Amino acid sequence: MLIDYLPILVYFVIALGVAVGMVALSEAVGKKTHSTVKDLPYECGMVPVGDARSRYSVKFFVIAMFFLVFDIEAIFLYPWAVVFKQLGLFGLIEMAIFIIVLAVGLAYVWGKGALQWE
Amino acid sequence: MQIIFFLLAATALISGIMVVIQVNPVRSALFLVLNFFALAAIYLLANAQFIAAIQIIVYAGAIMVLFLFVIMLLNLRQPEEGGAHRHLGQKIFGSSLATAVIALVIYKVFRMIVPPGKPLTPDFGSTEMVAKSLFTDYLLPFEMTSILLLVAVVGAVILARSKVE
Repeated sequence: MLIDYLPILVYFVIALGVAVGMVALSEAVGKKTHSTVKDLPYECGMVPVGDARSRYSVKFFVIAMFFLVFDIEAIFLYPWAVVFKQLGLFGLIEMAIFIIVLAVGLAYVWGKGALQWE
Repeated sequence: MQIIFFLLAATALISGIMVVIQVNPVRSALFLVLNFFALAAIYLLANAQFIAAIQIIVYAGAIMVLFLFVIMLLNLRQPEEGGAHRHLGQKIFGSSLATAVIALVIYKVFRMIVPPGKPLTPDFGSTEMVAKSLFTDYLLPFEMTSILLLVAVVGAVILARSKVE
């Protein structure tokens, strides 16, 4: 039933409330001082170099792609775990095939050195 | 029940429109997250818990990470002023195409004659039901998915390779 998801909704509301509350409270209660140095963008305490919109390495994209692929692999494990006992050996074999195919992908990525950051 | 659906549908529509009309791509991405969450809640209303969970984990999680990296990769500077009219032809073409597609869908939906089916069981759409049909009736598509994911991994490696060298 939908009412079962009420705790999740409450959780969302609390999370949103904390996030908005922290920003709003620091805006309302906090003391604000402005100076040329204080209004600089914060960059670990040093003087900022360039702007924040520099071009990122394509490696980030590749890592995100791998994350996406193996995330989808993990997604399939959830329903499989739910019916694992009913499926028995048959289920074990089909999931083994699925994971072996993706393990080949992992081995390929590893062998190509795409996981190396260099 | 109905009012919840309409609230969620309105959220999804408005956030979807905001994704398109935002100039700043990062803001578009954030509205897309809101859109994904609204859709997930609609899936829950439709009793499809598994799809709802996937919507959050894969779309709002992994795909959004990918989108953000692509946005950062594109090296977008501050949106230039007066750029709104530069792609007027594209806008006219795109919106008329979208209108045509929507009109076609609406026309087809209203013309559709749906035979009365048997009522769904209460656990329809639950993770267990999805799993049962996925691992028995749809075994081949499931195994094909792993091949598809393998292709995606190999493709990502090769694409990134050719770009570096």
